[in-house]
This record gives sequence, C-alpha cells and structure tokens, in this order.
Amino acid sequence: MDKLLPIRNNKRVNRADIPDLPFDTFRRQLLACAAKGGQVVQFFAYEDQNVCKLLAVMRTDKLYIGGCDAPDAFASLTAESEKFHMFEREIGEQYGLKAEGHPWYKMVRYHANYNGKKDVFDNDYSQEIPGNYPYFRVEGETVHEVAVGPVHAGIIEPGHFRFQCCGERVFHLEIHLGYQHRGVEKLLQSVPMKRMPIIAETIAGDTTIGHGLCQAQALEALAGLEVDEGARTVRTIALELERIANHIGDLGALSLDVAFSPPAAYFGRIRGEYLNLTQILGGNRFGRGLVRAGGVTHVMGDEQKQLLRDKLAELTPEVEHINELIFSSPSVTGRFDNTGTVSRENAEQIGLVGYAGRASGLDYDARVSFPTECYGELPANSNERTDGDVRSRATVRREEIMHSTRLIMRLLDKQVEAKDYTPQELPLAPHSFVVSINEGWRGEVSHCILTDTDGKILRYKVKDPSFHNWIGLALSLRDEGISDFPLCNKSFNLSYCGFDL
Amino acid sequence: MLQVIKNRLEQGHRTSKYPKEPINIYKRFRGLPRVDPKCEAALVQRCADACPQDCIDTESCRIDLGRCVFCGLCETLSGGRFAKFSQNCEMGTASRDDLFTTGDLPALADHAKKHFKKLFGRSLQLRQISAGGCNACEADINVLNTPFWDLSRFGIQFVASPRHADGILVTGPLTKNMRAATITTFEAIPHPKVVIASGACAISGGPFYGSDEIIGGLNTLIPVDLYIPGCPPHPLTTLHALLSFFK
Repeated sequence: MDKLLPIRNNKRVNRADIPDLPFDTFRRQLLACAAKGGQVVQFFAYEDQNVCKLLAVMRTDKLYIGGCDAPDAFASLTAESEKFHMFEREIGEQYGLKAEGHPWYKMVRYHANYNGKKDVFDNDYSQEIPGNYPYFRVEGETVHEVAVGPVHAGIIEPGHFRFQCCGERVFHLEIHLGYQHRGVEKLLQSVPMKRMPIIAETIAGDTTIGHGLCQAQALEALAGLEVDEGARTVRTIALELERIANHIGDLGALSLDVAFSPPAAYFGRIRGEYLNLTQILGGNRFGRGLVRAGGVTHVMGDEQKQLLRDKLAELTPEVEHINELIFSSPSVTGRFDNTGTVSRENAEQIGLVGYAGRASGLDYDARVSFPTECYGELPANSNERTDGDVRSRATVRREEIMHSTRLIMRLLDKQVEAKDYTPQELPLAPHSFVVSINEGWRGEVSHCILTDTDGKILRYKVKDPSFHNWIGLALSLRDEGISDFPLCNKSFNLSYCGFDL
Repeated sequence: MLQVIKNRLEQGHRTSKYPKEPINIYKRFRGLPRVDPKCEAALVQRCADACPQDCIDTESCRIDLGRCVFCGLCETLSGGRFAKFSQNCEMGTASRDDLFTTGDLPALADHAKKHFKKLFGRSLQLRQISAGGCNACEADINVLNTPFWDLSRFGIQFVASPRHADGILVTGPLTKNMRAATITTFEAIPHPKVVIASGACAISGGPFYGSDEIIGGLNTLIPVDLYIPGCPPHPLTTLHALLSFFK
C-alpha cells in the first residue's frame, strides 16, 4: 500500500498528485490493501483526452487513492478478492474494459458502454432486457427455478430475482437489476450545474439527504466553499431524521412480514411523522431542496426547533413501546432469530456496509471513521447484537433510531443559526479530484468528481451502499426457506434505483 | 397480549377525517405555486434561467407543473414576487396542457372523462408500475395505505396482479429497460382501463429529462387520463386527485 496516496474525505486533491502507477503495481497495491482488511470505496474508469484510466479509492482507517492507464483487457482483481466483483463488472459495462478471469462476468445494468467500444459481454442492446441475461443454474433432478420480477406484487421498484431451489430450500439466489437505469452519472457530467442537485436528490429518493449531501460537499471542496456551523447542524439533523424515518418504516414492515400487524400499522403512521419533521425543516417530506452547495436553503429558527423538540418528545416513547412490543413477541423473534445469516467472514469478504455490515460485526460507520458536518463532535453508537441474522439487522436499526434521536436532541440545543442561502455559480478548481463519503441511512454513500484543466466536470461517479449490499442479500438466502425471502429482503431493504443509477 | 392492548390504547384512533376536514400542512411546504403574470420581465427571465427544470415560460409567465420539482428556487430568487408556493396540494389534472399554469388549475372534479366515475367510482383497483424514478413516489403512495390516510376506506386499492386491476398508476421516467415490462403489464389489464401518471418523472421525465436512457413522459407511450404532479406528489395530492377524478 506504500504506493497509494493517503487522502481525506471531502478534501480536494490535485490530480497531478494522484499516483499514476503501472497496471501491475496498481493491481498488487489494491489487492494488498484488500488482503489487510481494506475495502473499496470507489473503483471506476474514466476517459481523459481519449485515454482510458482506472482510479481506485480504498479505505482502511484512512483513505487511499491510486490510478493507472487502463489496459483494454486486464487480469481481474476479483479472481483474488470478491471486494472488486461489482466494480469490475461496472468498469466493463461503462468503458468496455475486460476483466479477464473474473469468476462471474456479466453486465450490471444493461446499457451500451460510454465510449463505443466493442461490448465486453457481447450483448445486443436493441433487444429488451427482461429475461435477456444468463443465470447461474444448479442442475439436478429435484432442482427447480423460481423467477420473480421485474414487476413485483407490491408498490416497489423493479428487479429480477432468480432462485435455484430444492423443494422450499434455496441453494442460490441471483439478483439482476438495471431496470431503473436512467443514466444518472452521464447526466451529472453533462448537464448545467443548476440541474445537479435535483439529480443528486433523486438518485435514491429515500436517501435524498445522503446523496444530496455528498454532492454538495464534493462541490464545496472543489469550489473552496466553507459552510457555516448553523447549516452544518441542519444538514446533520436532516440526515439523522432520514435514518430514523427509514428504520421505523422497515421495522414496521419486518413485523408485517412475520404476520404481526399492529406494529406495522403504528410504525407506518409514525414514519410519516418523521417525514413531516423533515418537511418542517425544508418544505419537503424527503428533504428535497434543502441541502445545496454552500449551505442549506432554509434557516432553522426557534419555531422549527421547538416543533422538532415537541414532536420528538411525543414520538420517542411511542417508538420505544412499539419496539418493545416487536422484540418481546416470541412469534416475531422466533422468525427473526437465525434467519438470513451473513457471517462476519462473508460480510468482510464482500464488503458489506451500513447497518447490514454492523449487524454482521463490521464496526465501520462513516460518521465515526470519516466524519463530515457535525459528526466529529457527536458520540458514536455501539451495537449489542452482531450475529448477522435478521434479528441483528433489526436490533441495529432499533439502536440507531434511539442513537439518532439523542444526536438530534443534542444538536437542537446548539445556539447557532444558519446563514441565509444565496444561490451562486460555483467555479470548480481545475485538474482536481475529490471523494465525498457520508453514512446515509443504508450505509456508505460516496460521490467522486474529477475536473479537467478548465474546471469542467470530466467524470462524476456515484456509489450507493446498495452497490455493496445486494450480494449480501443473495448470500443471506443460502440454505434458507424461500418463504423467508421477504423477511430477509426487508431486513436489508436495498435500493434498486440507487444501484441502477 | 397485555402489551398489545397497552400499545393499542396508546396509539388510539389516528385516521384523518379528510375530505370532511382539511389536513393542515406546515407553512414551509411547497405546493401549488402562484405566479404573478405582471412581474417585471427581467426578474421572470432570471428565474427562468436559474430554473433547474427549465419549466418557466417567460412569455406567458407560466410554470409547467408537469416538469417542476417544487425546489422553490424561483420563489427564493424573486423574493416571492414572481412565484410563491402555497400549501395547496390539489394539483391533479385530466389534461397535460392544464399543467402549464399561473396557479389556476381547472377543477378536477369537472373533467371530461366522466365515464370513469361511473365505471370505477365505487371500486377502483390499481396496479402500480415503477418505471425508473427514485422510489420517493412509491414511498408516498405506500403512505396512503397507512392508518392515517387509510385509502381503502374510499374503495381504492393497489393490487398485485394487473389481471385484477382497473388501471395503472405509473411512476418514473420510463427507462428504456422498463419499456417492455410496462407495456406487458398495461396490456395484461382488461378493458376498460384507466392510466395515471404520477410525479414529474412519469409526466415529463422529471429530473432526468434529456437522458438517452429514458423514454420520458408516459403519454409518449400510452395515452394518460390523469396527471398527478409533484416530486414526489404529496400523499394528499394523490388522494385528492383520485377522489376528485373518480368519485
């Protein structure tokens, strides 16, 4: 790892300072980092003056960056470490660079590559996607396949799930997404700057603040903007409210999935109460239009603070009572315990992030490791149960609801007010790089921006935590009954659109 | 068991009395904008130039609600002199053209497609299709099934199979990758059927307009009967539109 450059979250890096290594050295350095427990934050290709290059950001307790000229075909890193699995497939899909020896090489989202090279998966994209993809198949007389999607039974996003089963028992689940692919990265590097926050906020609607914040911080780093403490406070509160609302909704849904309906009804309503708190802050239930590069669009005054305090004081005991109801019911815990287990070893190998990772015993929380906004001054959370099953994932979420509530209460006591926000043009530093990392409610959200010599955006890279975690859901189903799929699925509740971009 | 009863008592009855009683929304909420057509041209131009969705027409001083994401920038820039967002959620229309507005929308209850009231007024079963988009529309449609809104008390339900449905409610900018699945689902619904476009994406492509991975507005693929603007539409916007259009 000695040839990689240590960098910091949200700090601009001169592109000339990024180590430009020969591919073999680059590959060995990344693998060495991964072998020592390092994880991939970003690994992607980009084109600069018609030369294709690779860039990787790794994390241990620090962040490291390295790059190289991309060979048209290269020896797959995934062959030695699963941590690179999805990233290499994405690189192949976006820039036609082939990872040779990749154990499961197929497209990620089903679209033609950006630079018109020959498609590395030999796909004909004039054909429609449904069913048009190869699957891992288990052969045998008693083996059968179950295919689900793209359109599912509920009001949810599209995706295709293929189970290889023996009776009710699942041997293997493969998940193929891409139906929500709407070209987010290509848009972000081509549209006028005024459109960028709107697109960032709609990468994953339930992570509006998480993605919006990553983009705002990245642009601030490149434009040299400082954000005042009042705005930082509002941003932190908004991110924690997003976390609480989503965890509450999911705990209710988990309860419903094991046919215990009262908590589902209560939490369904209470989730809305938290969304309404975000609306008090910025005029939208999902936090749209609140976070912008340079600050926040709405000041949090005494009136808003008091409304938040009162509502939290009213809701928090209710939430705890309902949680007690869920976690003390034998019919619930009987289904939660030892279901959908992802071992710590597997979680480490595939690089699980967020509450899914923490429930499997990986401590990583970006709020602690790479704090942004107000997180440097706030206490960290700790998790009691880390067995990697549905119960652990549910328990971690329960703990996070209470932790986030304490953080918000503390922040509301701060005597600071955000400055008024004025929209402005942001000239970005030329020939620069920045990586932005935040702990969204699902886990590590990260945006990267590379600028060219004129300060124009050359490459915009987005990574939603779901990009790491979908494979975790697939693993959790190994050897489970197929009827436990909804339960396992909800315990992860991953984003289709955040993955599909 | 005691704990179930204790929680039940604590939770009480929370269903809103809407539409008999209005639902109050906090003043910061951005609903139907009101435009001042007499606003000075330079200011209108400034707002139009800054609008991330390019949805302000400077000549007619109208905002395209089918494209607007209600970010509130035009209100901030003009200090409320050009546009001001109200807390009014009632924004559904039966025609795309009506969404180009200065703030006066025709009453949805008077729409020309009266036959839908007769067909589905007492019972409406919808199949939702998520075709791209960001899942926020889906999230706030799901909210209608929570006890506060309790959609099924109006005889409206979202169903699993298109075979059981009277129509589709589509969200998202229709990605190329969802084209085939959307058409298949639509075709699986028996006639007569109704088509609803929900959210800026399904109406116009929303935040993703111009992307070559999307088809854009739903009505380029299937004729739309009811438009519900918003990014995402507030649950009240959806509920009001459904009740006015079908009841």
